[in-house]
Amino acid sequence: MLRKAFLDTIPVLTGYVVLGIGFGIILKTRGYGAGWALAMSLFIYAGSLQYVVIDLLTGGASLLTTALTSLMVNARHLFYGISMIDRYKGAGRKKLYMMFGLTDETYSLVCQDPVSEDPAVQRERHKYYFTVSFFNQCYWVTGSVIGALLGSVIPFNTEGIDFALTALFVTIFTEQWLSTRDHRPALIGLVASAACLLIFGAGSFLIPAMIVITLLLTGLRSSVEGRRPAKGGEA
Amino acid sequence: MDMHAFGTVAVAALVTMALRFLPFIIFRGDRETPAYITYLGKVLPFAIMGMLVVFCLKGVSFAAAPYGIPEFLACGAVAALHVWKRNTLLSIAGGTVLYMVLVQMVF
Repeated sequence: MLRKAFLDTIPVLTGYVVLGIGFGIILKTRGYGAGWALAMSLFIYAGSLQYVVIDLLTGGASLLTTALTSLMVNARHLFYGISMIDRYKGAGRKKLYMMFGLTDETYSLVCQDPVSEDPAVQRERHKYYFTVSFFNQCYWVTGSVIGALLGSVIPFNTEGIDFALTALFVTIFTEQWLSTRDHRPALIGLVASAACLLIFGAGSFLIPAMIVITLLLTGLRSSVEGRRPAKGGEA
Repeated sequence: MDMHAFGTVAVAALVTMALRFLPFIIFRGDRETPAYITYLGKVLPFAIMGMLVVFCLKGVSFAAAPYGIPEFLACGAVAALHVWKRNTLLSIAGGTVLYMVLVQMVF
């Protein structure tokens, strides 16, 4: 199980260490050292928001601005919780950390299996989900502290290596596409987000996209659930 | 102690935790989850992966060189590799190396 969790998180390891180092370096150059990098990666633990927080720190933003910005940037995490309510049900003491650790990347790894009827299978999955969540945060914390401590002394040109996280999402999107017959939810996510990006711009498209996706999926419900038995269950 | 920094980090952490915990608090474990939420839990992972792909590419500009060409070639390579071999690590490694070559040496 540990081995599987490690192998499955290698793409996240690559992306998190590199992005974490980048975060630590920028934070350090703005006058906040390794202690701040550690605290932020332990307690905020949200990659894109932490980059934004650097600007809020140095720009002297008010706490209200910080709260609203955090809400805008991280609203998508509501979706992750909604998807995992049944999957994380009965995880016991591990659950608190599993809820806290639901980043984009952790979510993409733990959202794949449908809920099993067998409690023993679910127990094993919960251990796996917990381990994946923990490994991923270790990578992120390690990267950000290394960045803040060492600064820009990376021995080779890493430009573009953070594409590993984009590639992770594209791979999972493709895998989901290959393993299901009903492609409408996937298309809704892709097309609605792209449309909202064009209309609202990179800074503020996520929340409109979430609303449009929820509305379209809701409209699709009777059709999807009517089809499900014929499909032979989830892939 | 830099109180502004402390407050900023605390607020960012608390808002993020609230967003992550909220659905679990509303639909607590011991009660039956409403059928609508269970339905969303089933279909959302498919839609969200599409959303995350767009989210990762949101900074790409089509108006200025290199017009998003490295991103789209690399994403295409990842998808094609995955359809061909269906090996997650291979798809990700192949696409990432291609992207690094493209942005470092070609564009």
